[in-house]
Amino acid sequence: MVSPSRDLTERPARSQTMARDIRRLVIEHSYRAHVGHIGSSLSIAEILAALYGSVLHGRPDDQDRDRVVLSKGHAGLGLFAALVLSGRLDLAELESFGTDGSRLGVHPEPGVPGVDFGTGSLGQGLSVGAGAALAARMQGRASRAFVVMSDAELNEGAVWETAQFAGHHRLGNLVAVIDLNGQQAFGTTAEVLSIRDPGAAFSAFGWDVEHVDGHDEAALVAALDVTGQAGPPRVVIAKTIFGRGVSFMERQLKWHYLPLDDEQYARALAEL
Amino acid sequence: MRAAFVETLTELASADERIVLLTGDLGFMALEPFREAHPDRFFNVGVAEQNLIGLATGLADAGFTPYCYSIATFASLRGFEFFRNGAVWHDLPVRVVGMGGGFEYGAAGVTHHALEDVGVMRTLPSVTIVAPADAGHTDSVVRHVQTRTGPVYLRLGKDERRRVSGLAPGFDPARISLAHRGADGLVLAMGGVSSEAAVAVDALAAQGTKCSLGVVESVAPAPIEHLAELLREHPWVVTVEAHVRSGGLGSIVADTIVDAGVGVHLLRCCVDDPLASDRLGSESFLHEMHGLSAAVLERRIRDFARSVTDATGDPRADRT
Repeated sequence: MVSPSRDLTERPARSQTMARDIRRLVIEHSYRAHVGHIGSSLSIAEILAALYGSVLHGRPDDQDRDRVVLSKGHAGLGLFAALVLSGRLDLAELESFGTDGSRLGVHPEPGVPGVDFGTGSLGQGLSVGAGAALAARMQGRASRAFVVMSDAELNEGAVWETAQFAGHHRLGNLVAVIDLNGQQAFGTTAEVLSIRDPGAAFSAFGWDVEHVDGHDEAALVAALDVTGQAGPPRVVIAKTIFGRGVSFMERQLKWHYLPLDDEQYARALAEL
Repeated sequence: MRAAFVETLTELASADERIVLLTGDLGFMALEPFREAHPDRFFNVGVAEQNLIGLATGLADAGFTPYCYSIATFASLRGFEFFRNGAVWHDLPVRVVGMGGGFEYGAAGVTHHALEDVGVMRTLPSVTIVAPADAGHTDSVVRHVQTRTGPVYLRLGKDERRRVSGLAPGFDPARISLAHRGADGLVLAMGGVSSEAAVAVDALAAQGTKCSLGVVESVAPAPIEHLAELLREHPWVVTVEAHVRSGGLGSIVADTIVDAGVGVHLLRCCVDDPLASDRLGSESFLHEMHGLSAAVLERRIRDFARSVTDATGDPRADRT
């Protein structure tokens, strides 16, 4: 087994290096644990870096902090990497990822430091985030709720229940980020259930829609960092590349599932 | 029970700002007193039960105590996975309020008959499940619900006039609520159909068979010690519920008989074929059809008592 680097947290979590470091941690720890779902974590590295490196207010024990729901819970390893790099989770704990007795599995569990809500079943996170946003508004707190979703998740009907509710109640402190990587569990989103224009669908329910390059961190920060004041909820449609950053994984469905072998691991690390 | 629920919750919410009432577009001519008293804590989320339960997760995490109201089937079944992965997994005080347990929606049909709700909710061990016997007990049940720190399923009936005769006022979560005492046998009931069981027990008493009648309102955690004590005091037990066999009251009693090692004969009066009927009617009609009306229960209990006597020779089993 190739020894992973251990010095990532010793560097400041500067935003411009954070996305790359998230990818390195994802590759290293998925390899160590022999766990898949790599491509989904790689596609949201800049989204996570924008949130955890720039946008989020408040530490994990602060009741007024912004909340994050990783509704596409299968990218849990990407989230754990961002939590480590932003000082919310110990690197030592990340090293237990995927091992027997660890708190860190494929999908984030409640109780993991920095995890606001456990996830893993697609289509549920937006409603929880809307509840958090509504609660903050009712309590007069400045807290915002960010929900990171996959494009395939838009297949779930419950997403649209919440889209109606949040639009009707103008939850301006709710932001959904759609990781538009075009890939889903058994095909491409275009092949399985194409949504011609997801932004238009949200817009029809009264949301403010922003389209961004999901690998342009500065553009993501600008789109995500809403004031949280009264107004429509925002959806950020982030166009991404599944498996981004590792050439042989990009746009390849098998990296929704497969762990890395030794040779692939060495190639992936070299590219990062 | 619905009017009593709304009255008590509205009163509790005046003193407790955590209480929020969410409805899946139901409760017309019922929930208005809460909405008028606490308009900023009342939300009609629309016909969207998954979002109803998901929203409540986020609200409860921030310190609120959300009550999620709908017809019992929709409240318990449609959003079940959201409840499991939300309030239950995160141990949050979300209250799912299911209106119309059993056949209360009668002619509305199978989609509105809540015959699996308790069994489904019992698969989640940390969920408190309560089903008041009648409107008189609803106030104390709702006050109890508000004291629970984790998730709750509250199964309500909509019939305001229904009363279980002989029931003492007030509800004790650690006890089965006894309406009658008699040494010949034990009848245990759950939910609105308890009033049918009460009529049957009265009729049997008039014929000389004196039964105890208990209403199991605290379904989970069940009052196991009191239940085992009652089972030991009687030669037979009959359970009565407008619920399928799996996971309901009869299942709790059967488990307790085995776990506590009590030698007692059990007859389960429940719904064995919830989706098969092609005939509809009022709640009374459906109770009759499924063997749960007072008249049919009276006969079934009498026949069962007699069969226990024949099998065991225990003279307490049949005094008719």
